[in-house]
Amino acid sequence: MAIPQALPKIATGVLGFDDLSRGGLPRGRTTLLKGGPGSGKTVFALQCLVNAVRMRRERGLFVAFEESTRQIVANAATFDWGLGPLVKRKLFFLDARLSPEVVHSGEFDLSGMLAMLKAKKQELGARWIVFDGIDVLLTLLRDPAAEMREIYRIRDWLADNEMTAIITAKTERGLSDAVNYDFMQFMVDCVVRLNRQLEQGLSMHRVQITKYRGSDFLAGEVPVSFGASGMEVAPPEPAEILHRASTERISAGFERLDKMLGGGLFRGSSTLITGLPGTSKTTLAGKFAEAACRRGERTLFVSFDEGSEPIVRNLGSVGIQFRPHLKSGLLRMYSARTESTSADDHLVKLKSLIRDYAPRCMVIDPLSAIGKAGGLAAARAVASRLIYMMKDQGITVFVTAINEGDDPAAEATDLEVSTIADTWIHLSYVIRSGERNRALTIIKSRGTWHSNQVRELILGATGPVLADVYTAGGEVLMGTLRWEKEDEERGKTLQRRAAFDHKRRELQVSEADTRARIKAMENDLERQRTELTLFSSEHDARLLSSSEREKELRRKRDADPAKRNGSKNGA
Amino acid sequence: MVVMCLYVARDAPNSVRAVANLAEICKQYLHGRFKLEIVDVLKSPLRALKDGVLVTPSLAKLSPAPVAKIVGNLSDRASVLQALGIKG
Repeated sequence: MAIPQALPKIATGVLGFDDLSRGGLPRGRTTLLKGGPGSGKTVFALQCLVNAVRMRRERGLFVAFEESTRQIVANAATFDWGLGPLVKRKLFFLDARLSPEVVHSGEFDLSGMLAMLKAKKQELGARWIVFDGIDVLLTLLRDPAAEMREIYRIRDWLADNEMTAIITAKTERGLSDAVNYDFMQFMVDCVVRLNRQLEQGLSMHRVQITKYRGSDFLAGEVPVSFGASGMEVAPPEPAEILHRASTERISAGFERLDKMLGGGLFRGSSTLITGLPGTSKTTLAGKFAEAACRRGERTLFVSFDEGSEPIVRNLGSVGIQFRPHLKSGLLRMYSARTESTSADDHLVKLKSLIRDYAPRCMVIDPLSAIGKAGGLAAARAVASRLIYMMKDQGITVFVTAINEGDDPAAEATDLEVSTIADTWIHLSYVIRSGERNRALTIIKSRGTWHSNQVRELILGATGPVLADVYTAGGEVLMGTLRWEKEDEERGKTLQRRAAFDHKRRELQVSEADTRARIKAMENDLERQRTELTLFSSEHDARLLSSSEREKELRRKRDADPAKRNGSKNGA
Repeated sequence: MVVMCLYVARDAPNSVRAVANLAEICKQYLHGRFKLEIVDVLKSPLRALKDGVLVTPSLAKLSPAPVAKIVGNLSDRASVLQALGIKG
């Protein structure tokens, strides 16, 4: 028994599709692309053709049964494929619509057309061919037997010419001619179904591979979106999470917050800021973006439902300056409306922005807006995919989300981002004593110490400031209450200082007093000493004078000094 | 004078039938007042492509105006006569 040989595949270059099909379309074989009107069949087919030219210089033929080739080329010009120059030299478009003025008379077949296509193929050296809207051609045949016969003819022709072919066919529910499509499914090697559906007022595109001969493929419907580069298939989420964990810390915007986060955010981490409208989520995010720009890092600021201009102005009023960074090109801003766009389309747009701009830091404000249009489940999937994607690329990201309720139990966002985010900062209002003050709490911050205290967030002309908190009776004091508390503290300090000064002065006075008293006593002592000396000398003087007087007296009484002397000596 | 061009795919059954049907019409209605060129698309595909031919067999009436295009093996004679401007 022969082991079934895997079909060689050829990459389509359609983002995501090659993963889904594990390598692309079967090379040299035929793929049937079916779907309802507007499901993107023509775009997908044409994109494969353009990519084949671009990636491998393979040329192709495009046979249009339904739309005029001019219209197809014009539609494709809205994508960034640069189709214009390719049209003449690398691709050949055959307008194969039968004019309504053409008169039908009896049976016809495609042998002539296939002969022409073969000639064109040889002339161009084409390897690819697209039959776009084969259903239109088949209905012209007006006979199921003839349809079958011509499908066989095409199949044989494709097999002979060994071209990689895409046949697109419009399917509509409830249409009875499904028999032929079943038959076509049988004759082709790969069947891709495109589906467009309205979900909550939004058109959602999905792709599904329903058959791939001899090949493994991802079954199941996968969201598809159409961006500037054409169709993009959402990649399946990798089962294994592979993020490098950085230990590098970067500023979350300002020092106080960094301190609360134990030194800043980890590079490549994601931070969620939740809170009611007006709690300064954008300001915090803006501060983060500005800090990133100041470090010279490319930063992407995505805002939903608010234009870039008002954001720049509003942030400017609290001292966050975006303009110089916008001018230098470090900062790129992108604003989008969310009402009319599905979450998947946002994902595609953001992916292409990230790819083109390669930011190191990014803000999405508010991420919760992507859940506004379309299904919540889809938005949830997109939100987590977005965050994982940014993590994979090492982008440090700030996302904000609006909370409906402000009670801590309801602090989980609808998008369930809080479980994925590394850091979760919640902003709330604290209303006390007739004041509404902003409070900042760090609910979680993975892998780092963080303050578990609530801080008051004050917006000043020089940016947000986190004020110290005062706790009184287990409550955080804010606003006027904090100010009063602060004032009280200030008063107490002054009082203490005054008391100290007073005491010091008192002591100084008493010291001086003592000194004065000592001085006085010293003076007394001195005086007493002097007195004593004086007294002694007086006494001596008196003694001396009395002896002198006596002598004088004796001398005066005794006129013979010699006798007096001799008697004195001899006595 | 009716000027026509018939595009065929050599001996494909519909093409063979178209040649026969057209010959019959010419013989019966035009009595030599016609000019017919038969192009084998398999032999000169790029010529057919240039002429805007898509399927075979195809008949183009080039003059007198208005020009007309008929696809099929020409078995529906009434519609062919009408397209060629021949009163049956």
